[in-house]
Amino acid sequence: MNGERPLTRDMKPDGEPLSLQEYERAGGYRAVRQALRMAPEAITRLVSDSGLRGRGGAGFPTGQKWSFVPLGAEAPHPKYLAANADEMEPGTFKDRWLLEGNPHQLLEGMMIAACAIEADVAYVFLRGEYTLAARRVERAIAEAYQAGYLGRHPFGADRGLELYLHVSAGRYMCGEETGLLNALEGKRANPRAKPPYPQVSGLFGKPTIVQNVETLACLPHIITHGAAWFHGLSRGVDAGSKLYGASGKVKRPGLWELPMGTPLGELLEEHAGGLRDGLKLRGLLPGGASTDFLTERHLDVAMDFTHVEKAGSRLGTGTIIVLDDRTCPVGMVWNLEEFFAQESCGWCTPCWSGLRWAERLLDGLERGQGSEADLDRLEWIVKFCAPGNTFCALAPGAVEPLGSALKYFREDFMAHIRERRCPWS
Amino acid sequence: MLAEQERREIEAELERYPRRDAASIDALRIVQRHRGWISDDSLREIAEFLQMSPDDLDSVATFYNLIYRRPVGRHVILLCNSVSCWIMGYAQLRQELHRRLGIGFGETTADGRFTLLPIVCLGACDHAPALMIDQDLHRDLSPDALDRVLEGYR
Ligand SMILES: Cc1cc2nc3c(=O)[nH]c(=O)nc-3n(C[C@H](O)[C@H](O)[C@H](O)COP(=O)(O)O)c2cc1C
Ligand code: SF4
Ligand code: FES
Repeated sequence: MNGERPLTRDMKPDGEPLSLQEYERAGGYRAVRQALRMAPEAITRLVSDSGLRGRGGAGFPTGQKWSFVPLGAEAPHPKYLAANADEMEPGTFKDRWLLEGNPHQLLEGMMIAACAIEADVAYVFLRGEYTLAARRVERAIAEAYQAGYLGRHPFGADRGLELYLHVSAGRYMCGEETGLLNALEGKRANPRAKPPYPQVSGLFGKPTIVQNVETLACLPHIITHGAAWFHGLSRGVDAGSKLYGASGKVKRPGLWELPMGTPLGELLEEHAGGLRDGLKLRGLLPGGASTDFLTERHLDVAMDFTHVEKAGSRLGTGTIIVLDDRTCPVGMVWNLEEFFAQESCGWCTPCWSGLRWAERLLDGLERGQGSEADLDRLEWIVKFCAPGNTFCALAPGAVEPLGSALKYFREDFMAHIRERRCPWS
Repeated sequence: MLAEQERREIEAELERYPRRDAASIDALRIVQRHRGWISDDSLREIAEFLQMSPDDLDSVATFYNLIYRRPVGRHVILLCNSVSCWIMGYAQLRQELHRRLGIGFGETTADGRFTLLPIVCLGACDHAPALMIDQDLHRDLSPDALDRVLEGYR
């Protein structure tokens, strides 16, 4: 572990974005020039060797994803790249930091990914509420065009790259890989059946890669410093540094770039300052709304994909949401299921009917109208929405906090039933 | 009829996609920026310009949270109701907004000044509770701070 913070090191303390000149002075836009001299396969191999896994939540190996894109003279064109800047997972606010603080780093990452898959057109798919990020990314794109880094012959290269900002109009499903493609095509953000996979037939039927903002931001640094260096950033099994965050009733909510695999307890105590005075930790969601609760017992878990999974949850987006002892766990889960039920696209029965039913049952429990049979019903819904039963990962993700809450906070559910009211209200 | 300015802006978007109808969301956003919301007439005008059926465009328009198919006030308040804000005092903030403005979610004040809507996580969870008014994010709010914030929107 070398303690470096490549993704945020160059950002300004006041949060103002780096201009193109400032970014270049800090070493920016050298990696893409290097990438342009490499064969696409060599870039993909380097990224595979670096161990980079997707930072959007699923942790899929990035190089492996690219390896399915057809290359060379026979490949269909135009090929597309989309930066997933939809960031609508409740409790998640990490990509905002990168978008607002250093948009050129994202653009350079996109240029490198475009080299690797020989993409012709790239989009930044940005959620509509990120208005400040929209202005800054738009400006960075204009600067890059002006400098000749985008367009017909970027950096004098043969292959052109057009890069556009698409500002979305809001729905959680837009962040799902294939939902995003439909949204970019101007349709409802329903997911698509796979196969065909987007790498082969994605946006407008052409080979397409969708990649999270943080994933893309890692690329210039991997090109510059190499795979071994990227592994060296980590304290855990998975490579790199990671943006972690904390929200809820902690002393210092915020965001930090730390070595991948930083222990959960260190994140909570040292960086977030621990719980506010007088409050105790009940549990936390380690990586956004659609991850399983962890508890006090898990504070020594290393926050990387591998270890969080072993502990029964997922690293997800790496932004933890803290539940304290003065907040009702049943109410918190109700809030989460209300979100997921609302954002269901309505395609599959377990999702639209199961999640709304769960939300209604939880609401009943909160009002003191629940019974023990309701807990069995909730358990049943958790199984009903398991991976494989639905078209996309929204429903399986939605029941992760529910299933784990039933496990860890059983006694709190029972108290609602016994007392016929919410003990916290 | 779409105004000259609206057409120009939509045409700039069309260059970014290989198909006209792909710009539907951009076009809806552009017209809404000029007119405040998307009326049935606006919908028909956009659909015609994009060579889509109004029904197809409407199914897109109604899917997305930030496209308003009903009139809204001069300023739109988007109050985050997601989990971190819920933990940090969303309910009190909501109650105070209802009390001060005299409206519930989905309603507009009688003077047409504010429309109040719920919104999912605004990505400001470390500064919860949060809300947006028009293009501006307001963070670390408390019921007491609302006066000062609302003051800025006439
Ligand atoms: C309902 C849903 C919403 C999602 N939202 C986002 C998002 O906002 N941003 C993101 O990067 N990934 C999101 N994902 C994950 C994407 O499907 C996809 O895995 C990711 O963008 C791939 O990029 P990565 O490999 O770089 O992580 C979402 C997934 C689901 C099922
Ligand atoms: S799981 Fe839910 S959101 Fe995903 S396709 Fe099915 S209904 Fe739609
Ligand atoms: S939960 Fe309100 S800003 Fe994230």
